[in-house]
Amino acid sequence: MTTESLTRRFQDKIDQELKIEPKDWMPDAYRKTLIRQISQHAHSEVVGMLPEGNWITRAPSLRRKVALLAKVQDEAGHGLYLYSACETLGIRRETLIEELLSGKAKYSSIFNYPTLTWADIGAIGWLVDGAAIMNQVPLCRCSYGPYARAMVRVCKEESFHQRQGFEILLTLCQGAADQKAMAQDALDRWWWPSLMMFGPSDKDSIHTAQSMRWKIKRFTNDELRQKFIDMTVPQAEVLGLTIPDPELQWDEASGHYHSGPIDWEEFGQVLRGNGPCNAERLEARQRAHQEGTWVREAAQAYAAKQIEESKKVG
Amino acid sequence: MQSEWPLWEVFIRPKNGLHHIHAGSLHAADAAMAIQNARDVYTRRNEGVSLWVVESVHLHASDPDDADMLFEPAKDKIYRHPTFYDLPDEVKHM
Ligand SMILES: [Fe+2]
Ligand SMILES: [Fe+2]
Repeated sequence: MTTESLTRRFQDKIDQELKIEPKDWMPDAYRKTLIRQISQHAHSEVVGMLPEGNWITRAPSLRRKVALLAKVQDEAGHGLYLYSACETLGIRRETLIEELLSGKAKYSSIFNYPTLTWADIGAIGWLVDGAAIMNQVPLCRCSYGPYARAMVRVCKEESFHQRQGFEILLTLCQGAADQKAMAQDALDRWWWPSLMMFGPSDKDSIHTAQSMRWKIKRFTNDELRQKFIDMTVPQAEVLGLTIPDPELQWDEASGHYHSGPIDWEEFGQVLRGNGPCNAERLEARQRAHQEGTWVREAAQAYAAKQIEESKKVG
Repeated sequence: MQSEWPLWEVFIRPKNGLHHIHAGSLHAADAAMAIQNARDVYTRRNEGVSLWVVESVHLHASDPDDADMLFEPAKDKIYRHPTFYDLPDEVKHM
């Protein structure tokens, strides 16, 4: 069959909402787009453990500590599900890890911001996981089977992440004035980076149109961002916190909140590696990989030895 | 040394009486570690009561291009289904 007719058959399947599975024929560009998107997503889960891991030993109570531990452990699992899905496209795990460690691969820019106070852990759960959920729910219907299935698993686990974050902030907001101020400060710092998590605005997003045709994406960046704002503003009201956007106001006509412009210059800077923690995050991953080398080697040597032993017995 | 740990496919039995179902994959040095890792990542919320791990290289799959040849013929064999056979209404329990 010619590439042209294969491509047509492929697009027909997608138009009929049929899933593409690993061994099915797919255009090179579809494969490449998925590898890029899924690996970036996997890297984000893994690097995303760092800002929160920073607070595990300093969680204010045992209840908070077990919740945070469980959440960070989930994120490690999400990374694994996604790397596995990515490997079904014919790329090796080692290659993916190398790309992360060399700084070649991207991950979500949000994780290049520091977690300065305990309230940041609340803000991350509420806003960062909230934004992640907004992105991930439509991905459960992505045209690529393994990615869609990984997302179903991830989304199931994700909802407690957001709730525990909101609960942390709610507790602070009902506490002393200092505590409430700490919550407000966290919201002030995390609000705009959270909105940037949805990616560049539609007019600057080069991949969106093709990804929508391939049903990898179901909504544009701006659509998802708007949904997130509409969902989150009333939640901030419950907390009694002020969203740091002087232009934010309900627009009766559109039925949406109107919000102020995003500082895309900042987004670009963080993406290019100049955010507050880019170097620190990469360094932490490189060190972890380095320090784990002997463990990987020892496990492999042990496995090889077990096989030898079993041959002797047999 | 420094080559990658092999890839394993993970299957979970959701509860006794049901089949093991494919859940995903992971890398591990050997079967014991694959089971341990599968337990840690795939069954954190009562997903199952039993695990199988199979090294991915041992799994052989049919070619998607053969799907028509393999599975299409079953579609027109409607006589393999009970509804194909006409019985009078008086006949009960059949
Ligand atoms: Fe996650
Ligand atoms: Fe999460």
